[in-house]
This record gives sequence, structure tokens and C-alpha cells, in this order.
Amino acid sequence: MKFAIAVFSPPYAPATRRALRFTEAALAAGHEIVRVFFYGEGVHNASANLVVPQDEQNIGAQWQALIQAHALDGVVCIAAALRRGVLNTEEATRWARPAANAVATLELSGLGQLHEAVQGADRLMCFGGD
Amino acid sequence: MARSLLMVSRRAPWSGLGAREALDIVLAGGAYELPVAMLFMDDGVLQLVKGQAPQLLEQKNLGANLQALPLFGIEALFVCGASLAERGLSAEHLALDARIMQASDLAMLFNQYNEVITL
Repeated sequence: MKFAIAVFSPPYAPATRRALRFTEAALAAGHEIVRVFFYGEGVHNASANLVVPQDEQNIGAQWQALIQAHALDGVVCIAAALRRGVLNTEEATRWARPAANAVATLELSGLGQLHEAVQGADRLMCFGGD
Repeated sequence: MARSLLMVSRRAPWSGLGAREALDIVLAGGAYELPVAMLFMDDGVLQLVKGQAPQLLEQKNLGANLQALPLFGIEALFVCGASLAERGLSAEHLALDARIMQASDLAMLFNQYNEVITL
């Protein structure tokens, strides 16, 4: 089955951990992940600057590693990211901000990418709230 | 045939970005001429109330963006009747022409769409 994954919660929310484990399980079972789309507070999962105590899970970093390991199409909504200070090098330059904190493995793009993922998948799985 | 999407918007207009970001998904879908519908539910029904003054909270007026929905081809607009009643609201209080759905009709509504996003 082809899944599109939408993540609306920040890295420290249980819903985001569930989204990550669902995606891992879907891949392990041989399903296809057409795209992982981060929106709302979910854009914080793209931050390279997450620092988590050593005895806790760094879910944001695990997302970034999973997307890289499986060459997944990971997209962050650009408007939601800019509002929350999640910028890649290009956006930091464009808006004259002193630092870029978004990982290079995730693309900043528009909401059309969410709709395209819905159209290309058999099922959209949304993870939000707690 | 394009796959359809129902957005369930459950956040009050003044409680952070939820209401605006739900609307942005719908407007983007409209721009791509996709079959997108919107259901206002729980505190989300408060987005539709007439005569709001968001400038007093130093916020932009979400109502103006909601009025753009038909211009983007989004005409399937629904509002949960139970959520209205819980808040002492009825059709006369609404600034947008949305179809009031009774609780018993909601399951049928959800089943009509390929996908549902709740924000």
C-alpha cells in the first residue's frame, strides 16, 4: 500500500513518536511511503538544533535519520516553518536571518506538496494532537 | 478522478494558528481545483460567528479569508449543529453560508470523502 504521512505535532509529542513508529513499521512490512509532510508544530521536527537529554528519545533526529536512510521524500511546509523560525540556508539568506537550522534532508515547500501526496497515495495517515 | 478531502477545523480563531493553518490547506486544495470540503466543529464553529473584532487581540481577521472559500471553488462547507448548540449559536449568528449537520449525519459525511484531516 502507498501511504502519505502528515505530522502536525512537535518532536516531543507522543503523536509524533507514533507517526515515526508507524512509518518504520510500514516500511518494514514492505509498504511505500510516498511522502512525509510536516505541518503546523510538526515543522520543528526539521530542526537540526534539537538537544534532548541522553536518556530520552530524540524523535526529531530519528525522523531525520529515517528519511535519510530510506531516501524518503520529506517535505516541510515553508509557510508554517518560517513562522516558527525553522529556516534552511536559502530562506535564512532570503530573509536576512543570522542562522539556518533546518536539516538539508528535508525540503521546504508549499502546501501543494501535501495535496499531491494525498493524490498519489492510497491512504493518508495524519498524526496530530497529543 | 481526483481523491477528495474533508478538512475538519476544530480550533477557535483566536487560539493560535490552528484555524488559519486548517484554512490554508483548504484554500491550497481549491487553488489546485481538488475536491476539498470543510467541516467546522467543536470550537471551530466560532470561526464563523459574525461581528468579530480580532484587531482588539492584535490579530488579522480570519473571516476575510473564510469569505474567499467560494472564490477558490470550495462550496462544500459544513458546520456541526451540536457544536453550535453547545455554544448557544444558530444559523443566524454565522457569517458564512455553511450547511448545518446533525450529529447523526456526520458519519455519513466522513464516509463521503477519501481522506479526512482534523486540525
